[in-house]
Amino acid sequence: MAFVDEHPFEAKIARLNIAVALVAVGIGGLFGLLQAWFRADFVRSFFSPTQYYAILTAHGVLMALVFTTFFTVGLFTWGVTRSLGRGFHDRRVTWGWFTLMTLGPILSFVSVLGELVSWIPLHATVLYTFYAPLEASPTFYVGLALLVVGSWGAGVDFLWSLYDWQQHNPDTRIPLQTFMAVATMLLWFLCSAGVAIEVVFFLLPWSLGWIPAVNPLLTRTLFWYFGHAVVYFWLLPAYFVWYSLLPKFSGGRLLSDSLARVVFLLFLLLSTPVGLHHQFSDPGISQGLKFVQMVSTYFILLPSLMTAFTVVASMEHGARQRGGTGRLSWLRALPWENPAFSGCALAGLIFAAGGFGGMVNAGLNINAMIHNTIWVPGHFHLTVGTAVALTFMAVTYWLLPQLTGKRLRHRTLAAVQPYLWFVGMVVMSNAMHREGLAGVPRRTSLPQYSQVTFNLPITGLGETHLQLVGGAALLFVSLCCFLVVVLQTWRGERGAMPLAVNGHVPEPLSGADAGPGILDDFRLWFAIAVLLVVIAYGIPIAQMIQHGLFAPGSAPIPA
Amino acid sequence: MDIHRYEKIWIAISLLFIVGLIASVVYGVIGLGVTTTGNSHETINSNDLSNTEFADPGGRWVESDHYVVDVVTRQFLFQPGTQTPIMVPANTTVTFRVASPDVVHGFEVVGTNINVIVVPGQVNRFSTTFDQPNTYGIVCNEYCGAGHQNMQGQLVVVPRSALPPTENTTANQTSNSTQSDRSSRTPLNTVVGGDR
Repeated sequence: MAFVDEHPFEAKIARLNIAVALVAVGIGGLFGLLQAWFRADFVRSFFSPTQYYAILTAHGVLMALVFTTFFTVGLFTWGVTRSLGRGFHDRRVTWGWFTLMTLGPILSFVSVLGELVSWIPLHATVLYTFYAPLEASPTFYVGLALLVVGSWGAGVDFLWSLYDWQQHNPDTRIPLQTFMAVATMLLWFLCSAGVAIEVVFFLLPWSLGWIPAVNPLLTRTLFWYFGHAVVYFWLLPAYFVWYSLLPKFSGGRLLSDSLARVVFLLFLLLSTPVGLHHQFSDPGISQGLKFVQMVSTYFILLPSLMTAFTVVASMEHGARQRGGTGRLSWLRALPWENPAFSGCALAGLIFAAGGFGGMVNAGLNINAMIHNTIWVPGHFHLTVGTAVALTFMAVTYWLLPQLTGKRLRHRTLAAVQPYLWFVGMVVMSNAMHREGLAGVPRRTSLPQYSQVTFNLPITGLGETHLQLVGGAALLFVSLCCFLVVVLQTWRGERGAMPLAVNGHVPEPLSGADAGPGILDDFRLWFAIAVLLVVIAYGIPIAQMIQHGLFAPGSAPIPA
Repeated sequence: MDIHRYEKIWIAISLLFIVGLIASVVYGVIGLGVTTTGNSHETINSNDLSNTEFADPGGRWVESDHYVVDVVTRQFLFQPGTQTPIMVPANTTVTFRVASPDVVHGFEVVGTNINVIVVPGQVNRFSTTFDQPNTYGIVCNEYCGAGHQNMQGQLVVVPRSALPPTENTTANQTSNSTQSDRSSRTPLNTVVGGDR
């Protein structure tokens, strides 16, 4: 029995969400390739420098918001339904949020296309961060708001399922997968409130001409209140996979259920009061306040370091179940030919490297060396672009048969794909990190500057540009392999062949009952999280609005 | 809740590591004086810079050992910087005041740790010292519109004697701003020279 046989409706919702995510990653990936080649001076005839920024905006929004949000919601629809053993409460609600959530990205994407297609009278070349007073068409902001509000609906569906389940199981611990999904959605409610306020109360009325000016520093701060916490909303679904499925892929079981709960709660508490570390170079925010958020940024390393230990230990446990021995030679016993495993393992490895770069970004003063240089995209292509995206691809290989009842096709292509992604990303982000250290800016269409010399350690821009071109090409080939496998599997005939994977998720070695029941008290943890946000953001926001909510203000400047 | 002994050891090491990272930054701030910007909280009407010191941007001496440079970042140039280089004296405290009349810009002096964001409505102010004469490139590293990639310039560090005294040093307006310069100075050590 696959998941699709037991819960056909929820399987359909999960499939639809994953389908939207795949469309986004396909278009976004193509744009990424074009952009890298343009930027590295390899091919500069696809579009104009101005259009480059539209492509960049689309790449950022499609990858970072659409792909991640839809995949997460699809994954959690499966995880919550499976672990609670019950479907969603009211299908009209489910269809409602799915419709809103899908309509949003379409509106935003069409607005961005206005720069590329002359008959679309919209514009939104404002990049992923859409800083005021650069202004996009109202449809861009409406689309983003719908995406966020729709995803809240998905969170409500998960909470509703949990509530129903608790009515029938009052004294049972929340199943781990549901726990992880709900903690992640609570974090999402909390952090996306910032961007919702920014868009609904400031940018949307301003782009419609209802209010004359917005305060650029305040809207920027609201963006980054959301903008770093959202990183954990992308990362936690990957952790969800690493905790609940990677031990199984390795051949074993997770070590400790309670530790996983503690890790997710630490993220819920600590991930929102850190956004000022994106504003270390900003005026108008005191160094002391920046320092406080730097400290919470560094402390959020703790749950990640704990995860590194537990996940590697669970992999070792699995390897030993498979006959692995020795201090390190157990690594050989792991199923490296299985893409669901290798993708997750390589993603974790890359995440370790990306994490070390993040420690540089988070340093109050060291940050100035690399702030807004191409080091930064180098960093988040390791974390989001690999730790998260590659994990999502890997789990798709295992999850898709459960959701469709169809056996995975092209297994060799699938087995190669994670390695291609790994090599491509190592090459590309190596170049980006090194250029960043030499001061090469991010977000520019120029490969070189006439008035500025960038002194690269070891070699010159020629070599790093070559790596950008080659790395991006490998990544694109890898993405194509992934999409071919998924599409061919999807087109296959249901029930024609045995699935070759089973949907069983093994229980942890040390179960939930080994930990205190207070871990499951989401009301308490959410209240503490809100309190921490008030402490971290109360003073900076109060300082910013002392002249008024819209002052010092700026009128829109068309992008 | 039972935590395995190895897990406890790992968590202890992790916490030590985190505290060590924070300590290294604290040492940088207190021991080496490398800080960041943001304490000045000086706001400005970005829709009308022509009624402020930024109407005529450039450098001026406010004391024998303190040079202030007002820079305007706008779509798509630095004033001064792009058409004429920003000139500053070596071995002198140099305070930058940077403002934008239009959108968010970056002000990055390539090869140094001068790298700030210029937000309309705010004056970004920070101080530094350049050890020796040199020429640096400046780039805008925040996307600011269709011509963003054209926004670049130069900063030239010259011997102190090469910069003539500013004529209006005694004007009231300047001496007022000197007061605020002193009170809200945010030193930003420059890590230039040496390894290059």
